[in-house]
Amino acid sequence: MPHRTLDSARSGAYIKIQKVPQGLIKVQLLRFGICEGDLIYCLQRLPGGTMVVQKNRQEIALGSDLARQIFITEE
Amino acid sequence: MRSDSAGVNFSNEKNADFKGFDKKPGSNSAPKVVLVGNPNVGKSLIFNYLSGMYVEVSNFPGTTVSVSSGKYKSFEIYDTPGIYGVSSFNDEERVARDIIIEADIVLNVVNSLHLERDLFLTRQLIEMGKKVSIILNFADEVKRKKIVIDSKRLSKILDVEVVETSAINKSGFENLENAIINARQGAQPGEVSDVLNQDILSKSGREIALLVAEGDEQVAEKYGYVCGTADEREKIYIDRRNSVNAIISEVEYENSSKGRFFNLLGSYSLNPLTGIPILALILVMLYYLIGDFVAQQVVDVTENKIGKGVFEFYTKSFISEFTPVDIEVTKFDDEGETIDEKTFAFPDNLLSHPETKTLFDNYIKDGENEVNFDFKNPIARLFFGEFGVITMTVTYLIFLLLPLVIAFYIVMAFLEDSGYLPRLATMMDKSLSRIGLNGRAVIPIMLGFGCVTMATITTRILGSEREKTIATAILQFVIPCSAQLAVIAVLVGKAGIGAFAVYGVVIFTVMITISTILNKFLPGQSTPLLIDLPVMRLPRPANVIKKTYFRSVGFMKEASVWFFVGALFVGILEITGLLVAFQNLLAPVTTLWLKLPKEAATAFVMGTVRRDFGAAGLFDLELSAMQIAVALITITLFVPCIASFMVMLKERGLKEGITIWLSAWVLAFFVGGLTALFVL
Repeated sequence: MPHRTLDSARSGAYIKIQKVPQGLIKVQLLRFGICEGDLIYCLQRLPGGTMVVQKNRQEIALGSDLARQIFITEE
Repeated sequence: MRSDSAGVNFSNEKNADFKGFDKKPGSNSAPKVVLVGNPNVGKSLIFNYLSGMYVEVSNFPGTTVSVSSGKYKSFEIYDTPGIYGVSSFNDEERVARDIIIEADIVLNVVNSLHLERDLFLTRQLIEMGKKVSIILNFADEVKRKKIVIDSKRLSKILDVEVVETSAINKSGFENLENAIINARQGAQPGEVSDVLNQDILSKSGREIALLVAEGDEQVAEKYGYVCGTADEREKIYIDRRNSVNAIISEVEYENSSKGRFFNLLGSYSLNPLTGIPILALILVMLYYLIGDFVAQQVVDVTENKIGKGVFEFYTKSFISEFTPVDIEVTKFDDEGETIDEKTFAFPDNLLSHPETKTLFDNYIKDGENEVNFDFKNPIARLFFGEFGVITMTVTYLIFLLLPLVIAFYIVMAFLEDSGYLPRLATMMDKSLSRIGLNGRAVIPIMLGFGCVTMATITTRILGSEREKTIATAILQFVIPCSAQLAVIAVLVGKAGIGAFAVYGVVIFTVMITISTILNKFLPGQSTPLLIDLPVMRLPRPANVIKKTYFRSVGFMKEASVWFFVGALFVGILEITGLLVAFQNLLAPVTTLWLKLPKEAATAFVMGTVRRDFGAAGLFDLELSAMQIAVALITITLFVPCIASFMVMLKERGLKEGITIWLSAWVLAFFVGGLTALFVL
């Protein structure tokens, strides 16, 4: 399923990052420990699509516009 | 301009001037030890310990934009802004990068709870070829969470010194000196050495070679090299990430227990469904603490009993011994109703008319009295009269504003340290994205309620110019600072809930309108939200108190000067008759359009100096509830104080600054009058 994006993930799901936008955003995500192929935990999906995800113990919030550009598969 | 308020490090003189940091390495000064780490890792607490000085400590990103420096034994110690990597993506990184390049020793402070995130920076520092030691902070919290970190193994893999500390209870701090002394260049991964340009390596050193390879345009330009491509950077980053992941799997074992109260509170404050009630609860508590308890009860004692009743009375009585004065006394009964009024005239001075003085003393001996000194000498009036530069300013600053400002800073410090603000940013992200901002903008906006000047500086944390413009406009137009808020709280307290509703609705509508228009017409695109959420925790009272103390002192230092300037300015206008002339000039606008007494124009004159000072000018006018609402709306939208105007010019440029300033004049009177049309 190549066309799912992060904003559609369910709270409590483990998701695998397939593709992130190029450029600055990719670098910033890498620093937070999120890169393509990583398994992360979806803590909460807020109304409107703002996402809160967890990688190990680090919680990270992503705006809905950004979440819509990150392709995922659910595990 | 540095001033009061929440958020950005303003610990004044102690900050090293960044531009002065250009000393070349090899100059025979003391070795430079630089503390580097991600945000919220406890750098500042360690800096405080080593240097014996205080710097601000907060639980949200973007607190330290400036650099603090101090001494520890024979070392110079520098604290840097929290960063996730060394490069030039934003101001914090640029500031930190230049200091790291110059550093002799880097103490890399790491949050043991977020090893995976933090070691990314560690790896980079080591790859830069710096002498590094790692300080594994939050050691006790790691143990509490049943996580095991094998620091010996970590030290072996990276080939640098690793010490464990807990900055909160200062354990392990005795090892910090070892960390400084034993700092060394760590193990270099082969794949990074491969991509470095040998020419740059030999000429400018490993740190420059790495930064150039990573595509840091500023560094490449400064040293005259061709900058690495985005692909090269990505390759380096992915290698680095993989190496960190490999390290983590070797040194960290977890047995994590989740679901404690603060975790729960943290996750509830994210979702609007539960987060808005939490925010509402916080605001209600704020209202009762600041608006009700401090603004009414505490201030009644400090301002009226101490400030006016003691300080002003004795100062003015003393002055009356040297200069002609009419003393007007109004007597009140227990319910505050006027029962008697009398004027005692002293055509020479208080002492030369002993019989009138005895009458006066007896008259005010008991009951509630309001005593008004009407000095005949203009100079005496300038300094000790109604708008007296000395009398009014001192009462106003120390006995009215100070208690409110302290209360406000306590609350801000508490919110910052609890880790609540980034969660609020996340919750608000969707709403703020409609007006062209992302969630991070709640931080400058919240800070704006403390001090607009400081908040305007904090707009730097926003990702694009258009976001900075929108946030600055909101701050300068609609957000009242704590000092102004204090005065508004007192006036609204008098006027009641109806006036408050009108005020709130109008200001909110103006905010939405301005930001929507700017969002529609400003070119470019806003950046998306991407922030890390620190662990929710109960703030340490000692840190809250320290922070409040330093900010309040900072506020008083900055505010006092402008208050005296403002009072002197208005005082001179009054004595020369210019105040009346200005009132008359503005009279058509004030009386016909805003439907206020023409004396309200005084408030506008004072408002150009300090906003709150303007609102305070409304205290003595007889206004109806709705007139108060109109006056407050006008004053809130009115031009920002001189300090924040100057900062705005610096941050946003002359053209944009002046545009916002002039628009504020028009907008304030336009919206104020429009409201008056409907409610008066």
